[in-house]
Amino acid sequence: MTTAIEMRNIVKRFPRVLANDHVSLTVEEGEIHSLLGENGAGKTTLMNILSGLAAPDEGEILLHGTPVHFRSCLDAIKHGIGMVHQHFMLVPVFTVTENIILGNEPKRGFWLNMKQARAKVAELSERYGLKVDPDALVRDIPVGMQQRVEILKALSRGVRIIILDEPTAVLTPQEVRELYVVMRALREAGHTIIFITHKLQEVEEITDRVTVLRDGRVMGTAETQDVDEAGLARMMVGRDVVLHVKKEKHSAGEVRLQVEHLFAKDARGLPALKDVSLEVRAGEIVGIAGVAGNGQNELVEVITGLRNKESGKILLGDLDISEMTPRERMYAGLGHIPQDRQRRGLVMNFSLIDNFLMGFEDSPPFAKGPMLDYAEAKRFSRESIQMFDVRTPGPHVLARTLSGGNQQKVIIAREFRRDPAILIAAQPTRGLDVAAIEFVHEGLIKLRAQDKAILLISMELTEILDLSDRILVMYEGKIVGSFKAGQATPEMLGLLMAGSNIDQAGGQENTPTYRNGEEGGVDHG
Amino acid sequence: MDKSKRPLEERRFSLLSLVSPIQFMLGIIVAFIAGALFLWAFQEDAIRAYSVLFKGAFGSKRYFGETLVSTTPLIFTGLSVALGFHCGLFNMGVEGQLEFGAMVAAYIGYAWNMPKVIHLPLALLGGAVVGGIWGAVPGYLKAYHKIHEVITTIMLNYIAYAVADYMIAVGGPMKGNSDLPASPKIMATARLDRIWPGTRLSAGIIVALLMAVLVWFFIFRTRIGYKMRAVGFSADAAEYAGINPKTMTVWAMALSGALGGMAGAVEVLGVHYRFFAAFSPGYGWDGIAVALLGLLHPVGVVAAAFLLGMLRSGSITMQAIAGISKEVISILTALIIFFSATNQTLKPMLEGAIRKHNLRGDEDPAQEKKHEG
Repeated sequence: MTTAIEMRNIVKRFPRVLANDHVSLTVEEGEIHSLLGENGAGKTTLMNILSGLAAPDEGEILLHGTPVHFRSCLDAIKHGIGMVHQHFMLVPVFTVTENIILGNEPKRGFWLNMKQARAKVAELSERYGLKVDPDALVRDIPVGMQQRVEILKALSRGVRIIILDEPTAVLTPQEVRELYVVMRALREAGHTIIFITHKLQEVEEITDRVTVLRDGRVMGTAETQDVDEAGLARMMVGRDVVLHVKKEKHSAGEVRLQVEHLFAKDARGLPALKDVSLEVRAGEIVGIAGVAGNGQNELVEVITGLRNKESGKILLGDLDISEMTPRERMYAGLGHIPQDRQRRGLVMNFSLIDNFLMGFEDSPPFAKGPMLDYAEAKRFSRESIQMFDVRTPGPHVLARTLSGGNQQKVIIAREFRRDPAILIAAQPTRGLDVAAIEFVHEGLIKLRAQDKAILLISMELTEILDLSDRILVMYEGKIVGSFKAGQATPEMLGLLMAGSNIDQAGGQENTPTYRNGEEGGVDHG
Repeated sequence: MDKSKRPLEERRFSLLSLVSPIQFMLGIIVAFIAGALFLWAFQEDAIRAYSVLFKGAFGSKRYFGETLVSTTPLIFTGLSVALGFHCGLFNMGVEGQLEFGAMVAAYIGYAWNMPKVIHLPLALLGGAVVGGIWGAVPGYLKAYHKIHEVITTIMLNYIAYAVADYMIAVGGPMKGNSDLPASPKIMATARLDRIWPGTRLSAGIIVALLMAVLVWFFIFRTRIGYKMRAVGFSADAAEYAGINPKTMTVWAMALSGALGGMAGAVEVLGVHYRFFAAFSPGYGWDGIAVALLGLLHPVGVVAAAFLLGMLRSGSITMQAIAGISKEVISILTALIIFFSATNQTLKPMLEGAIRKHNLRGDEDPAQEKKHEG
């Protein structure tokens, strides 16, 4: 194997941050090399430098042993280095083919040679197994295919070294599988891939070697087969991390949340919930597994009052909350960690003080007649920041200036301090790094120990399996399976999530209600 | 947050708070320079024009009084537009709300007879309430029928103009006895006192400044103001927290309309003592400029209202003495708005410079980095 890229002592400073502190990285030709690190560790900055998007303050880059200086992305692409960004850079109203040739259009005199373009796309797509529909508009195709378009775009420019910036963050588990196939095909064809991620499992599954970054410094490089997840996590975070949270045995109490025969429509007016019934007991975590878009979102919104139901009933204990406003449900003891923290969970242009106030603004001690007691709110914010270890220069900064993990901590602090009897946690760890995930998981387990009822909705199977006392699987607006903790395997859940018949998954029943306890509602065994 | 950190944080906060005033001043200075270039392009003597302009605005007691007379309604209309913006609403209907406020205040002023302590507040309140109702209509249509407020408020302006014309036309219900197309004069008991002898300046300016303080307090310190700001920034997040965006939308438009109504009422009760058709030279429209130039903050609104009031009164003298058309002032006003809108791009640069300044010396970059997370 020969060395494809060598980055030596790269330093990059930003006004308040030393993003890369004498980083050295060697990538061999034809390998899948993972760049692992927490959010803000400097992975993306380093790769922006390699792809010509940013210039290093110090250090040098050697490509096949010769020093290079990239003045732009185009310059890097000419040298065979291309990057697929986390946020795709495609024109939504152009077709797949038009997007791929954009900036590099085959011409015939004055005109575009679309025939040649299409042939080229077909040839590339065939060679690497990158299935795309060349004539579909980009806005109409799923995210996974958009990503393939980005990769094809790089390949069509003759790129040999491809940088993928957290490519799995936006993908469903199924699409992740497909991406792996593509990555392996590219490696077979002699391409070099640099794979940025903060997910340990992905490193183990797909990469040949891994380099760990922390606080802008290289913690080490290793052959993937020589390291395990725990070791990588330690390098990444700087201490031992609990990857799979341990939960004490805890017996479930009375029923806290009961959903009966719920029907609802989605934003387009199509049926999204088709007769969903479930219950969550005190001291119990019920996990809902499922591929995105199978009604989980609508279920959460209907329970919390953000979406109207067609029919059905929602009970908190004995209290029927079906017709209550979101605020009344909140006061009745329903907490909610929303899946979209930037749209729902926080007002991004509010200070942390104002964000901590949300939902508390009408209750003592913050409400003083028609006024708000900001001294009290400030005290509450400082306290919450400390209790939940929110990394911020202070309570006055705007929420949008915090990292994703710290934004999530603000939401969690606020919802936990509401002391809800029932907590709906939707995708509580999406986009977070290992240390933050550990924090959230431990928080949920702590609530469980306090006899709270928790409904956990997650796309991450490992999260569902680690935390839940019972697991429900949602598919096309219905609950298609129910398991007790320890009885479900990822394979069984995966099959159900993909819509396979329950018999194939090893189960047998199909009653609409899945209950815990004496009536034997655990449908598998 | 440990104690050693606190002073630093407070200091950075105070330095950053200078960004808005700097932005405000820069917009004006650049606009005046650009305005001078315009004047030179049309063979006018810009220096002379500006000096006459300033003389016309500040040169004598009477001139300065007129500046403040123009400032008064602009404070109200600027506050009206700013309050709407804080709830994410663009109230383009201030002109119509102002017409209705003036009409009702005038009616109460001439038709009812009561002691001053009741009459004057009632006339003001009447103007505010009817302006508020006129504002609540587009608020309701926006909240419950998703009809955009920019369209409805502009359309309602035309209705308000037409109603106003009808009221004081020959045979109209509010037509006075004089030959003028105007209402009867209001009673002395409904008038705002002149507070500066030798000028037309009334106690209306005190009411205006009081409202600026009240609006600041309302937006930044009350529960309902907090809810409106939440809805303004993110209706989805507000809804999640149990705030009803629809209710807030109606309230915000109603309060914005009430401020517009007060502008008209104060103009009638303090300056003209009667209602007539073209009593407002576009104060409602200028309110948009005042709000934007004032960066939606009540203090900024007062400053911006003063600036535009100065331009308005100065331009009249400029036309009379220097023979320069007062449309030049319209150009200058437009330039000020243009540059204060475009210099939003300066904000990140200014903030970045201050952060860099803070970083120098007393802050450890590694420490900072942790904050970034």
